[in-house]
Amino acid sequence: MIYKGKQKIWSDYQKEIPDDHWFYVRSCIRQNFFPASEVTFLRILRDELGKDIYETPHHTTCGGIAYHQECIPQETQMTIIARQFALMTEAGYENYACSCITSFGLYCETLETWHEMPEVLDRIRENLWKACRREFNIPKYLAHSSDLVYKFRDEIADRAKYKLVNKDTGEPLKVVEHIGCHYAKMFPSKGVGGAEYPYVLVGMAERWGGNVIDYPERRHCCGYGFRQYHVKANRGYSISNTHKKFESMEPYHPDFIVTNCPGCPYFLDRWQYVIAEQTGKTYGGNGYGIPVLTYEEMAGLVLGYDPWDLGMQTHQIAVEPLLDKIGVKYDESKKYEGTGGKPLPEPEFPMNIRCC
Amino acid sequence: MGKLYERLAKDIRIKEWLKACMNCGVCVSVCPAAEFYKYSPKTIVNIVQSQDDEAIEALLKSETIWYCGECMSCMTRCPRKNAPGQIVMALRSLSIDMGYFAESEKGRQQLPLQRALCGNILNYGYCVYPRTFKYEDHPESGTIGKWIGENLEEVHKRLGSNLEQDGPGVLRKIPKESLDELKAIFDVTGATERMNTVEEVSRRKAEEMGLDMEEYCKRAFNYAGKGHTIE
Repeated sequence: MIYKGKQKIWSDYQKEIPDDHWFYVRSCIRQNFFPASEVTFLRILRDELGKDIYETPHHTTCGGIAYHQECIPQETQMTIIARQFALMTEAGYENYACSCITSFGLYCETLETWHEMPEVLDRIRENLWKACRREFNIPKYLAHSSDLVYKFRDEIADRAKYKLVNKDTGEPLKVVEHIGCHYAKMFPSKGVGGAEYPYVLVGMAERWGGNVIDYPERRHCCGYGFRQYHVKANRGYSISNTHKKFESMEPYHPDFIVTNCPGCPYFLDRWQYVIAEQTGKTYGGNGYGIPVLTYEEMAGLVLGYDPWDLGMQTHQIAVEPLLDKIGVKYDESKKYEGTGGKPLPEPEFPMNIRCC
Repeated sequence: MGKLYERLAKDIRIKEWLKACMNCGVCVSVCPAAEFYKYSPKTIVNIVQSQDDEAIEALLKSETIWYCGECMSCMTRCPRKNAPGQIVMALRSLSIDMGYFAESEKGRQQLPLQRALCGNILNYGYCVYPRTFKYEDHPESGTIGKWIGENLEEVHKRLGSNLEQDGPGVLRKIPKESLDELKAIFDVTGATERMNTVEEVSRRKAEEMGLDMEEYCKRAFNYAGKGHTIE
């Protein structure tokens, strides 16, 4: 990666991230597709680092996915957010951390609107009182959960069992970092490192031994596009944009991709499978795809957690070539087990992309 | 200034994000929708800032406003601090309120989207929910997606989820009183009214097209007509 210029940007875009005591809200998409990543986040923050991360079963979706498909009005979406803040207030917290990037963008946008237009804030307070009889304080600090893992990257490095290094060559692994669009594209000052070259994932990957690569379409959307994915008829948009990214990164031979958005790893993983099935093209070596990791999975691997506890068996793109490069020990026979070692039927194998 | 523009101008997203577009086209150059569809965010912004009601009405009835993926890449780069993606959101909201959305193929997709997403929110408390995310609607979820669906409880339990159980955790059962609060928020803030509008306008359009509502909804979800994309 070319550092000239980026270090100046990174120094301009830093944010304050408190050390402890966070009210935590989950992500709809991460819970559905990468459930173990949220489990891993709490395992690292609570069990490894001893942090106070509080969750209430009463929190819900922020409504963001519906809002970005015009299914609910802005007033509804802001009032759902206000209810989440009320739950935080009632629990006695001031620091608010969310797992979802769509949510994070909406929290940033909503707080900005309330700041610029106090009459809107007053109206939302009235809405919430009328609907739920609740009141709320605005969080003192807002973070995406990747901000917290970034903040504690040194502590994680201190406990690391593995480095992001090729065990055979000693070379740093080549990492593509993909930042969810709504992390900083709307409000660059709210993300670590700004919008053009966010530092949040770079900081983790480099601290743990990897080399982040520049490629032309680094900032291009993963292709989600909300209704461009949720409606079957529109999915050509989604896969076309993912394809553009893969064609752009291919010449740099990345060892893996890491993302901070819940949706991006799903689309970058699954559309690789579809591209292979439709065209025969694969982007990793030897007929494999390029593994796509959540940042929690990357941190968990570094800490030596079992890849199947991290949920890496739920990826369509095989992760074993990456595990072998790092030297992570794993038991292939346990990949598709249920609880207590209960064997589950194995998934079918795709035609054109290698799985282990 | 016409009546449609007057209504648009009341939208927070227009107040905050329509400054003065100079039509430089930077938004077009970074736009994923413009990569794929016959789409130009700068043209949309230009029409809105013209305040020409006839042109705005045509836009509200068009396919164009539904092409945006709301990634907001345009917001970062606009040298005038406009946000075409936010302006599109305001246009879509007005198109729904006016009942114009049913005049376009992409706008008619509002019915299946609303049924799926608002259904998930009100019934479960999530926008996306594994019981309603079916492999047959999502073959791109792959052989592994199919496997997860067929072994849902076991896979989630193995990975530490609290699927449909009481207490905190991944995919926990959200308590009924919290779902009731979401419904009350929908009623107070206009989401229920919007849902009724989409159902009613779609019902009239389905009748006009000679389809029953289920056929209409299925067609809106599955059918991709010609002429939308760059060849």
